[in-house]
Amino acid sequence: MASLTINGAQQDISADDDMPLLWALRDVVGLTGTKYGCGQALCGACTVLIDGEPTRSCQMTVAEVAGRKITTIEGAGGRVAQAVQAAWIKLDVAQCGYCQSGQIMSTIALLETNKKPSDTDIDQALSGNICRCATYARIRKAVHEAASALA
Amino acid sequence: MLQKLFSALPRTRASRRQFILGATAVAGGFAVGFRTSAQAAGAQVMPAAKGVQPFGAYVEIGADNIVTVVSAHMDMGQGIYHGIATLVAEELGADWSQMRARGGSGSPKLYGNLTWGGATTGTGGSSGTTSSWERYRLAGATAQAMLVAAAAAEWNVPASSVKVEKGVVSSGTRRASFGELAAKAATMPVPADVKLKDARDFVFIGNETLRRVDGPEKTNGKEQFTIDVKLPGLLTAVMIHPPQFGATVKSFDAAKAKAIKGVVDVVQVPRGVAVVGTNMWTALKGRDAVTVVWDDSKAEKRSSKDLLAAYRTAAAGSGMTAETRGNTEAAFATAVKTLEATFEFPYLAHAALEPLNAVARRNADGTIEVWGGHQMPDIYQAITAQVAGVTPDKVRMHVMKTGGGFGRRAVADGDIITEAVTVAAAINWRAPVKVQWTRENDTRGGRYRPAYVHRLKGGLDKDGNVIAWYNHIVGQSILKGTPFEGGLVKNGIDLTSVEGAAGLPYAFANAKVDLTTTDVGVPVLWWRAVGSTHTAYAVEAFLDELAEAAGKDPVQFRLGLLKDSPQHAAVLRLCAEKAGWGAPPPEGRFRGVALAESFSTTVAQIAEISVGRGNQIKVEKVTCVVDCGTAVNPDQIRAQMEGGIGFGLGAILKSQLTLENGKVIEGNFDGYQVLTIDEMPVVDVHIIQSSKIPTGVGEPGVPPIGPAVANAVFAATKKRIRVLPFSRPENA
Repeated sequence: MASLTINGAQQDISADDDMPLLWALRDVVGLTGTKYGCGQALCGACTVLIDGEPTRSCQMTVAEVAGRKITTIEGAGGRVAQAVQAAWIKLDVAQCGYCQSGQIMSTIALLETNKKPSDTDIDQALSGNICRCATYARIRKAVHEAASALA
Repeated sequence: MLQKLFSALPRTRASRRQFILGATAVAGGFAVGFRTSAQAAGAQVMPAAKGVQPFGAYVEIGADNIVTVVSAHMDMGQGIYHGIATLVAEELGADWSQMRARGGSGSPKLYGNLTWGGATTGTGGSSGTTSSWERYRLAGATAQAMLVAAAAAEWNVPASSVKVEKGVVSSGTRRASFGELAAKAATMPVPADVKLKDARDFVFIGNETLRRVDGPEKTNGKEQFTIDVKLPGLLTAVMIHPPQFGATVKSFDAAKAKAIKGVVDVVQVPRGVAVVGTNMWTALKGRDAVTVVWDDSKAEKRSSKDLLAAYRTAAAGSGMTAETRGNTEAAFATAVKTLEATFEFPYLAHAALEPLNAVARRNADGTIEVWGGHQMPDIYQAITAQVAGVTPDKVRMHVMKTGGGFGRRAVADGDIITEAVTVAAAINWRAPVKVQWTRENDTRGGRYRPAYVHRLKGGLDKDGNVIAWYNHIVGQSILKGTPFEGGLVKNGIDLTSVEGAAGLPYAFANAKVDLTTTDVGVPVLWWRAVGSTHTAYAVEAFLDELAEAAGKDPVQFRLGLLKDSPQHAAVLRLCAEKAGWGAPPPEGRFRGVALAESFSTTVAQIAEISVGRGNQIKVEKVTCVVDCGTAVNPDQIRAQMEGGIGFGLGAILKSQLTLENGKVIEGNFDGYQVLTIDEMPVVDVHIIQSSKIPTGVGEPGVPPIGPAVANAVFAATKKRIRVLPFSRPENA
């Protein structure tokens, strides 16, 4: 049993301490927006925010995140998140969409700290988020779009 | 490829006159579908579930005013749901906000791929838009006619006075939504014929402002993929596959695994051992505790370097002839200059981000349901029935959205479907089971783009004209051993091995294309753009070598060879114009060009690169021109070109699978490397204006990028990259 704070709500979940947060979110809590792609922090599909920091949920155990503030795509809200999601829709970024939760969470974290990222800033912040549909050109444009909308 | 492949099957493509419409009331709304008259009598359709229409439909209009398009093609990201929703909305006169889409299955009579001949439901060969062009516009127009008839009857006005626009049906001052009229529309006679719109009246087709029908749910985490399927009591199974292709389980010890809390069972299935747990994590822990002894007596044990060495030896000789023009040998004898080059291509994994998966359940009434990214649902339905020991009408296939695909989910033997059903059966169907591959399962699971070696030889006359062309391709057949082999491997030539090499638009007076098909125990498959993923590289890179030897500009050289192919020439000319080919590139930039037709769509690309420290290549910009007939969704055509360029670029820069003693070395994205955002060029796409029937765009963006970049690298470094990927030490 672990007590997690997910998207602003504290909940006790029945999971072993060593279960990665990714599987606890997906299989125990039922929040499936966070995706599995590699299990080794190599693809970024499982990115969530932990205390605001973009984090690969496949590499954090339930025990490690107990008591910390976890935000998943389902709980992404507020001004920055809304601007990012609106930009994603406006530019039709998604193709298959499988990686986009991770891309969006990484982008929210970027824009929370960098109000006007350059292409290089974007590449650095998102180079760990693989998109096999290669929507990268639109992701870059969408990050700029969101940044301008927030300015 | 599949398009060509299935065109060899008896064609049953229906003309408009052969369509028969069915319509039915559905829970306060109505649904319309079509069958071709020749097939209607014998239609076998899934037994109706509660509240579902008695036959699958193309368009459903609910009392809630939602219009749901049922797609004959699955969506792996390419946007076919969006495209089909566009076609229906156009003729229906819908408001875009009321459109939805989902996948159809259960009846080839309804959903058979018309581009393939209509006998099988399937997605591939960039055929979905062509197959849907007439079928779904007719569905929309018919639904509209029935709504109009309903309104006319309801309001007691002539049908000719009823208008439909932006989801509103009106006559004079009377107005109604589709939802309000749906129940009555279902009772109206089905019109025998309907008129489709003229292109000049299109509102949605060609509309630049239309946003994808599935954009919101792909942005808020709500999209449902197979990995997300939730069912009461659902168990998760993780597979242990043999370390070499062709090895089998000799014995296994699951005692330790079964002692782990949450591990429900460990079962042997034909493809390995499955560890079944209450969730993914317990199944993974269980997997790590299982030991398996393998029987490798029939396994493929060769290494890729041995295979490629054997391929090179084979390439030095001749093969079976796939194409001949003129007299190539005689022409080479008169050539004043002869060039020869050998190109090597590795095995490639599809590496879709959602690793393969499927969910199987047997219900109390004995029916079986299978959830998955069903790229060939009829075949999977039949396979499921066979494996489960039921008749196909007892099997229901749920077509899920998939996290990428690139060809990997179209496997003739059912692959992951078979695995899910056999695992569920092995635990006596006591619970629904999701088989979820790990990334390592996926990378090492076979069904790769085959490795190939090409030997090309070209002869020039004194004026630098190509007077002789020879291409010998060596590699495995994708179709051999599959049900498609019979009609589609012609005289020993697998069409998928030589597409993009045989039948080139270039006017070679003397040309010969040979094929040597190898026998290797590595399972292979189509991989986004199939044969053209290697043939276009070899052809377009070698053509550049000939242009250089002839002292000619690469674009002009190609245009000279395209004198009989004005459509290809127009694509290439526009690309050169848009890329500014006529003027030198900016300081420090270098350009390369390539042209390739695949699946009846022609694409030209000009890559602009820079070369940094340590000969580090960066692709800065790609100019792309595509001719795909009528542009149904221009922004999605651009998206597919952008994506195809990124997908192809990652592969040629750094993707490869390495076999050592038959074992695949790469397991995850640290070994099997793919493109990341920092390597993505700026892409500038231009679409040729056309009123022809649309052709596909899912794959044709891929083939030209490799040779365009390779030719730019030559412009920059005077080095030819003939061994792929670029990251290979041979290219350093």
